[in-house]
Amino acid sequence: MDLLEQLGDTFLNWEEMAKVIPSLLMVGLPNTLILAVASGILGSLLGLALALMGISRNPAARWAARIYTDLFRGLPAILVILVIGIGLSPIARELTGSRNPYPLGILALTLIAGAYIGEIFRSGIQSVEKGQLEASRALGFSYGNSMRLVVVPQGIRRVLPALVNQFISLLKDSSLVFMLGLASSDREIFRIGNDAMANTGNLSPLVAAGLLYLILTVPLTHFVNFIDNRLRTGRPEKKEPDELAAPIGKGAQA
Amino acid sequence: MTEFTSGTLTGKNLHLSFGHNHVLRGIDLHVEKGTTASVIGPSGSGKSTLLRVMNRLIEPDQGDILLDGRSVLKDNPDELRQRIGMVFQQFNLFPHKTVLDNVSLALRKLRKLPNDQARAEALEQLDLVGLKHKADARPANLSGGQQQRVAIARALAMKPEVMFFDEATSALDPELVKGVLALMADLAKGGMTMVVVTHEMGFSRNVSDTVTFMDAGVVVESGPPEKIFSAPETDRLKGFLSDVL
Repeated sequence: MDLLEQLGDTFLNWEEMAKVIPSLLMVGLPNTLILAVASGILGSLLGLALALMGISRNPAARWAARIYTDLFRGLPAILVILVIGIGLSPIARELTGSRNPYPLGILALTLIAGAYIGEIFRSGIQSVEKGQLEASRALGFSYGNSMRLVVVPQGIRRVLPALVNQFISLLKDSSLVFMLGLASSDREIFRIGNDAMANTGNLSPLVAAGLLYLILTVPLTHFVNFIDNRLRTGRPEKKEPDELAAPIGKGAQA
Repeated sequence: MTEFTSGTLTGKNLHLSFGHNHVLRGIDLHVEKGTTASVIGPSGSGKSTLLRVMNRLIEPDQGDILLDGRSVLKDNPDELRQRIGMVFQQFNLFPHKTVLDNVSLALRKLRKLPNDQARAEALEQLDLVGLKHKADARPANLSGGQQQRVAIARALAMKPEVMFFDEATSALDPELVKGVLALMADLAKGGMTMVVVTHEMGFSRNVSDTVTFMDAGVVVESGPPEKIFSAPETDRLKGFLSDVL
């Protein structure tokens, strides 16, 4: 029984949790969201550029995208964050006059996310039937307009579930910026839990941080399943049952 | 059906190779303004490729393409394709857009028409193919025959001078073929210049003004339908007709 109590106290000490919850919510949550959302948006833009380069007819563009993707997908996130965050900090300080590690943290997360998102977009765009591009070109649209108006929107729609997964991954990886050393008001969820654990010697603050991550990520994973399902089965609310019945063709003025 | 401002299309000595595969070996095809030319032949004979070369979806290695007597090889290919409508075997409607948007997209983005005018013209085209009431539906909720008629409306909306049909009824269920063929026959009667790659020998025989029989990248025989179907000269055409009729 002692052992159970000890475990309970180590992981589920409500008092320690209660103490850390305000700063988890007021400081950690917004900071984690800033890191993840900013690098998610920038990473998507970078990923789209990489995807278009990856399917371009220009071999130099294809190679550049390939090498970039191999590099940033092949390195551990923490290594990239440290190298960018520490290596570029003198330049960043000169440019922005601030020691805030967030811009570099966001940059590092963006570079990593871009590599993954680029592959997601590329697979989505390439999964769009060749006939779509052909039909658009046949109407007189240029290659660029065809991609922008017809192919890319369809490709992106198909990979929305994978994109949300990538965002979940980004939410979690954003915790790694703690390595860059954060001022107290810049701390994200993990760092706040970690600091409280170090101060108290009790793991419960980290468990609370973990729960907060789960509150963010679990609904997202279910959201993924929801849109995945909807994309696969179509939009039932828009279907007109009588329209789908077999004799529909008879309406085709024979 | 309304009259069209159609043009005369000529392909001269068109050649195309994919690597060592010589797909088109010097094709000549002349389609007089307002007439329908059907192109028949076995699979892999280069019929569909010929269409794609004549609207420069694929650039020919050699030869010339004339629209109303003027070479269009030096023109911007996108502008050329605005003058030539194309209908595909698999319809290729844009599934993420409504039927109306499929038809009005090029009007808005290429013709730069204001939205309400593009909408009005698109609805007019849809009315022409009998599908105005489906304007707000998604292509996926239409039958194959309806989808193909929307695809025809989409091509017609750009007021093309020539229409290409690439096996437009091959992917349709048998009971849906008739409606699409009837629409194509209406266009032909209305004076549209058409090049129709088809396996529908009935259509080729009854609707087209000239028939071109292709095999292995060359034109083996061409002429008016009576001659092609009733008095074929070459063994290859005789063999093909006995296989398909």
